Amino acid sequence: MIGNDIDVKVVPLRADEDVVRMRQTLRECLVSIGFSLIEQTKMITAASELGRNTLRYGGGGEAHIEKVTDGGRRGVILSFIDQGPGIADVNLALTDGYTTGNGMGLGLGGARRLADDFELITAPGQGTTVRIAKWKLF
Amino acid sequence: MERIPILKMGQLLLVTIQVDMHDRLAMTLQDDLTTRIVKDRAKGVLIDISALDLVDSFIGRMINNIAAMAKILDADTVLVGMQPAVAITLVELGLTLEGVKTALNVERGMTMLKLGSFS
Repeated sequence: MIGNDIDVKVVPLRADEDVVRMRQTLRECLVSIGFSLIEQTKMITAASELGRNTLRYGGGGEAHIEKVTDGGRRGVILSFIDQGPGIADVNLALTDGYTTGNGMGLGLGGARRLADDFELITAPGQGTTVRIAKWKLF
Repeated sequence: MERIPILKMGQLLLVTIQVDMHDRLAMTLQDDLTTRIVKDRAKGVLIDISALDLVDSFIGRMINNIAAMAKILDADTVLVGMQPAVAITLVELGLTLEGVKTALNVERGMTMLKLGSFS
């Protein structure tokens, strides 16, 4: 079995500038994997949405940028983790246009559309983790 | 405090965004532009995003807000130089830009504003 390279960068998300730093770190990672410009743009845009959510609604948290080799494919798994209030109604949160703030309500649904894989782990009072992944086939 | 420069060219205001903007900077730009439209009695706003490799929903909302406020102040807004990857991503994100015309480059954008080709 080919060994797993563990390559995770942790970026704290406590201020607006952190979201920018996270985007830049992600860009470097995506370029190193060999993603096309369009794939990079989609993923970084999704990450920007989720990073902002962590900051605005989650009370701050962190992003994990993990480069993964999984059998015949290479990719990146992003996790956005906060210890905030959690999401009470996931289906509502995923509906385009729904926002509990001043946003456009496109972040969660948009991230799901822009990424290959999407996972949402949340419960009221339990914080929120959103995970998205993009894969490059060899 | 960092600010994005706004240039006055006759009755047009020109903004070229060349940095990776964080949210606060985007809000400042929104406020600055609106203030300048009134102060300079501008009839048109040209936002050059040819250097932006990312437009997310927050920046999209900033652009929509600028266009809406400009309209209320009797000025038109043109967005210039959107990169193809950005356009593709915006569609998939589900973001529509409202009240904003687009042009390929600054020259065309300025022509549009001068001709007043807005309904």
